[in-house]
Amino acid sequence: MKWELFTQLMVNGLIVGMLYGVVAMCFVLIYKSTQVVNFAQGEFLLIGAWVCWAFLVEFQLPFWLGFLLTLGFMMIFGIVLQVVVLRPMIGEPIISVIMLTIGLSITFQALMNWMFGVFAKPFPQVFDTETISIFGLNVQTAYMMSLVISIVIMIAFYYFFKYSKMGLAMRATAFDQQVAQSLGISVKNVFAMAWAISAMVSALAGVVVGMVNGVSQALATIGIKVFPAVILGGLDSIIGAIVGGVLIGVLENLAEYFDSQWLHVGNLYSIAPFYVLIIILMIKPYGLFGTKDIERI
Amino acid sequence: MAGHNQMKCGQFRTTYEQDNTIFPTPLARGVAIGSIIFLLFAPLFAGPYFLNLAIQIGYYGIAALGLNILVGFTGQISLGHSAFFGFGAFASAWINNTTGIPVFFSIPLAGLMTLAVGLIVGIPAGRIKGLYLAIATLASQFILEDFFSRAEWFSGGTYGAMSNPVSIFGYVFDSDQSFFYIVLFWLVLSYVLGANLMRSRDGRAFVAVRDHYLSAEIMGINLTKYRVMSFGISSFFAGIGGALFGHYLGFVSAEGFTILLSIQFLAMIIIGGLGSVMGSLMGCVFMVLLPELMEFGAGGLKDVFPAFGYGLTYLKEMAIGIAIIMFLIFEPDGLAHRWKMTKSYWKLYPFSY
Repeated sequence: MKWELFTQLMVNGLIVGMLYGVVAMCFVLIYKSTQVVNFAQGEFLLIGAWVCWAFLVEFQLPFWLGFLLTLGFMMIFGIVLQVVVLRPMIGEPIISVIMLTIGLSITFQALMNWMFGVFAKPFPQVFDTETISIFGLNVQTAYMMSLVISIVIMIAFYYFFKYSKMGLAMRATAFDQQVAQSLGISVKNVFAMAWAISAMVSALAGVVVGMVNGVSQALATIGIKVFPAVILGGLDSIIGAIVGGVLIGVLENLAEYFDSQWLHVGNLYSIAPFYVLIIILMIKPYGLFGTKDIERI
Repeated sequence: MAGHNQMKCGQFRTTYEQDNTIFPTPLARGVAIGSIIFLLFAPLFAGPYFLNLAIQIGYYGIAALGLNILVGFTGQISLGHSAFFGFGAFASAWINNTTGIPVFFSIPLAGLMTLAVGLIVGIPAGRIKGLYLAIATLASQFILEDFFSRAEWFSGGTYGAMSNPVSIFGYVFDSDQSFFYIVLFWLVLSYVLGANLMRSRDGRAFVAVRDHYLSAEIMGINLTKYRVMSFGISSFFAGIGGALFGHYLGFVSAEGFTILLSIQFLAMIIIGGLGSVMGSLMGCVFMVLLPELMEFGAGGLKDVFPAFGYGLTYLKEMAIGIAIIMFLIFEPDGLAHRWKMTKSYWKLYPFSY
């Protein structure tokens, strides 16, 4: 047992898991408020990261300006997507909605590959990457920064939903659409806002991952990793999304550790979350924090 | 909705059996038999390009029918169909290579093996449904994909497996012309089986489970049994289609059976029409011809916009996505519905009612 490697992997798992948690939170936000399962969540990261990359590299803008423009772009993108594509699907059966977001996912992925190429491109240096040592563990500053950003996003989400008017309106809509509407909340706006916020925060996560690993198609795979996380946490629970994300991140690295030490099957890292996913679905389909839906006739 | 279910003048159905025939009118039966006879002679005059397209439509069409039974008729969403398709391809090659059973018989055996795998993968379907099931099948897609690249005894691992051409008693179907007949045989057989399944008790049970599973259960339909069975039947067809695919290409590699192919299968049945046997074939024709048309179109545009030349692969993928989105928004019932509307329009032609 190599403790050093083990703890290092655990810390990596925690950091990656926090990012999964943030993306899972965006996923849950859309699911909870609009009942749409977004298979294109990973593409939001991809688009955000590429757009930010284009602003910084192609147009040579300073980081803060390029970043703000990216957020603005993603907000408009999210709203337009909801209004143009998702709004006609309200009330359609679940398979149509799933297929629609899958269609969006392959369209955007192909579009991004076409526009920017399939190979990873490095992000311009925004923060210096040096390795710092915390409690004897070597952690890159970029990783630390991503951890800090994830936590900040989570706290911001908490305050947004607890105290802001829009956040309360979104919670009310998620609770009961008809009641919310009769109280004067514009459900249309709430739906559009949910997509806008989700797209913005996902883009932020995409930029963070892009800064650490470079921007490439691989970003979209985070959108797939979100599924084990949200199922583990419960599909309609924001807390569950964070817990699920962290657990899946840690589990991935744990699988990596066991694989390299004892099992030697290779590639267990990427496949272990899906085994967990099936097991959870079999024994506890509503996850740790999800609400169990009871059907009444 | 008016009009498209109207019966033809002079067609009186007096018994239940008459109302339940595969073909609603003698004309429809005649057209179907006529087109099969036409296809029997097609290899004599069709060029290799069209023959290749027809074979592609054949094996994808069989797999699409399987998916339509699962998604369109039973209402269970599967995002892992290409894994079953791939399993069929590997299984048939494996049976033929290890036991020496002629390929002609290894194809149905591969279908049965895939059926067994489908029953195992379908076990979660006994407990969960809808969205949760979609995510579970997504997971099984990745797990099976991982299995293909790992199980060297079965699939040759990352190198892939050789797949011999179809042969029976010394006769080898190694040209496109002869292989066309094999595909046609399986295609017709599958569609007859599929259409007949939907007329049987089991087929009606599937539809009942889709329409309202609680009512179905109250009426005495064993939900778990039919849900898992639907998975099995669907993977059987996927396995047959995959086996034909493998023996046609002569080489099977794990990279071919990604989630993108699963999405393409779903696109076929959505474009063709969920819950329509012939719709699966129509959607399949659409999905096979779409990239070809794009290639044709891009050839002309390449001189004006060079971006269309090098981006063709991506454009084809985008076209799949956009086709799915467009159909879902503008024609959710698919081509089969459009075809019915067209027919009923001409039936009543000068009048609208």
